[in-house]
Amino acid sequence: MAIPFSYNMRNLMTRRLTTVLTAGGMALVVFVFAAILMLAEGLQKTLVDTGSHDNVVIIRKGSAAEVQSGIERDKASVVETQPEIAIGMDGLKLSAKELVVLISLNKRVTGKSSNVVMRGIGPNSLPLRPQVRLVEGRLPRFGSSEIIVGKSIYRSFQNTDINDNIYSGLRNWRVVGIFDAGATGFSSEIWGDVDQCMQAFRRPVYSSVIFKLRNSREFDIVSARIESDPRLSLEARRETKYYRDQSEMMAKFLRIFGWSLTIIFSLGAIIGAMITMYAAVANRTGEIGTLRALGFRRRSILTAFLVESLILGFTGGCVGLFLASFMQLITISTMNFQTFSELAFTFTLTFEIIYEALLFSLIMGFVGGVLPAIRASRMYIVDALRTA
Amino acid sequence: MLILKLLFRNAFRHRMRTGLTILGIAIAILAFGMLRTMVSAWYAGVEASSAGRLVTRNAISLIFPLPISYKDKIRQVSGVKIVSYGNWFGGLYIDEKNFFANFAVEPSSYLALYPEFILSAVEEASFLRDRKGFIAGQKLVDKYGWKIGTTVTLKGTIFPGNWDFVLRGIYHGKDKTADEMQFMFHWDYLNETMKKTIPRRADQVGFYMIGVTHPDLAADVAVSIDSLFKNSLAETLTETEKAFALTFVSMTEAIVTAIKVVSFVVIIIILAVLANTMIMTTRERIGEYAVLKTLGFGGWHIAAMIFGESLVITTLGCALGIAATFPAAKIFGDTLVLFFPIFYVEPKTLIFDLAAATAVGLIAAILPTHRAIMIRIADGLRRIG
Repeated sequence: MAIPFSYNMRNLMTRRLTTVLTAGGMALVVFVFAAILMLAEGLQKTLVDTGSHDNVVIIRKGSAAEVQSGIERDKASVVETQPEIAIGMDGLKLSAKELVVLISLNKRVTGKSSNVVMRGIGPNSLPLRPQVRLVEGRLPRFGSSEIIVGKSIYRSFQNTDINDNIYSGLRNWRVVGIFDAGATGFSSEIWGDVDQCMQAFRRPVYSSVIFKLRNSREFDIVSARIESDPRLSLEARRETKYYRDQSEMMAKFLRIFGWSLTIIFSLGAIIGAMITMYAAVANRTGEIGTLRALGFRRRSILTAFLVESLILGFTGGCVGLFLASFMQLITISTMNFQTFSELAFTFTLTFEIIYEALLFSLIMGFVGGVLPAIRASRMYIVDALRTA
Repeated sequence: MLILKLLFRNAFRHRMRTGLTILGIAIAILAFGMLRTMVSAWYAGVEASSAGRLVTRNAISLIFPLPISYKDKIRQVSGVKIVSYGNWFGGLYIDEKNFFANFAVEPSSYLALYPEFILSAVEEASFLRDRKGFIAGQKLVDKYGWKIGTTVTLKGTIFPGNWDFVLRGIYHGKDKTADEMQFMFHWDYLNETMKKTIPRRADQVGFYMIGVTHPDLAADVAVSIDSLFKNSLAETLTETEKAFALTFVSMTEAIVTAIKVVSFVVIIIILAVLANTMIMTTRERIGEYAVLKTLGFGGWHIAAMIFGESLVITTLGCALGIAATFPAAKIFGDTLVLFFPIFYVEPKTLIFDLAAATAVGLIAAILPTHRAIMIRIADGLRRIG
């Protein structure tokens, strides 16, 4: 017969302070674990959502990002003649030749400078990114030094209010609008006319050509044709893959960092649980003897102490997750190593993380409780009763 | 001495519990020390920079080049001693996983600017003679097992193509702060190739490194250089090497802050563990405290005993943790040498370790002491276990 569950609960309640401290230690471990996984998840989600599956990004072969790439005008025109490109509402091909440069801007709070992506766009750039929505002001006129800034840039950088001027490349760029692209990388960009950008920054080449496929399945055909064309030496990637690749290094760093921290920290918490459980066993030697004398089996004693330790772990896990869920309100803006530019992203909680964190807290409880529980179950009735 | 003996005897009454607590503290101090070392590794570039060197780059941002013709104009500015220049090459060795810094530099002036990179005279001469030659730091050479004369191919990301280099010299750092993971080759090699393949990108440099005659002049020299190129097609931004290195750190500030926060979380976790141990210990000894009080010992004596015991446990744990930090940092630094070229435990970190351990020891003893002192003698004597 099993020992009633209420026995465990009451035991935990009697030594409240010990319970709180042990579960609290575990809660902190779960908090760190969940928070770092949420950060890695948020980063990847932001960059994956940035791309659309049907869009193709063409960059120079060998360059890892748009910033490093260069596509001469003639090559860009060759790319734009591909028959697989979808036709837009105006009857023209849905493709855009863009320029990506980094400019340094100062942050609003600290005043320190950081690199921001400035994207020179063509008339089709907006229809290619339906997720981009203007929230204030108007779109820039082509042929002028007008720009629109992403929501995250507007939040964190100086001189990005409407009608402010950003001085860069011997020009004042006037902010005429603010756009929101949701939780995507575009929210951390500044957009202006591509020809003006090429002039101002003295870059006579495009960085990338973006186009939408008329049929999603034709990606292999068009990419094979472009990549094998000896005139071009360009490479094609789906926009989703292109952005996922850019998050790889940082997400990997965060994951490795998170896991190694958690493993080390959990050792501390497991030790805490072990101390608590050993003390629980030692203090209750008499009780254990009585329970055994009443006819409870060794297995029941083992289970009872394990359950108690698992409750500790689970409570800690729930509290840690509860605290971590508040992290979703925080937005982090930092430099992505791979693109060398600023990117804003939020902590994102997924079911997978909840599941992993709870499982992890139960494992901590189990590992901490198993040795003391075995000790409790191995006691001889007579000895246990005598010590009491 | 007697008191110390008493504290030790008390602490080790429950060998298992105290042993586990000490182990827990050791792990926490180890983790704390490693995280702090990571933070200092983040700032390693700042530590290694010199106040006597200036960096001039394009004012728009780092990715824009400056014309090579600026070299002679900068040299004319008073206070300037040496001018060197170079480009961040950003080449990949085999694949993206093998990331290390590689620069194209003007070799003789660059080596003169960096006295902390020690290169033997023979190797320096053979490097200067061979335009396709390169020099690399000892750690980088060890990592890939290169030897003098080895040909290494880098795949260009910014400058397209496959580039062959021959190892002509291995430099050593003068001290631990010097970065031994760099790869440097002739700027002329890059430039001559660019002239042939992409002429519009020839004769341009990514940055100028400037040595000033006296560190006090650095600020003035920086201002005069920038005013020289004001309103030109390529405006410049000149700052000290230290400030330049700090911009990199500040760009990833969020990560540094996260590491710092996390390093305090581990301290709080261990605080919970130790406080728990102390509470259990005092709970069991309430009867003894009542006896001590009956004999006439005051609250201060009991407090001193509990605080002393708590400190004995933390000190032992801290010593163990610090002892483990050095080999751990060595292993960690060797495996992740590509991410953290400079990774060593600073003396400052050890002081942080000690401070954290002492604080934990003191804070953990507060609540149990309060309980032990407040208990009335009769209640204490009546209470069992």
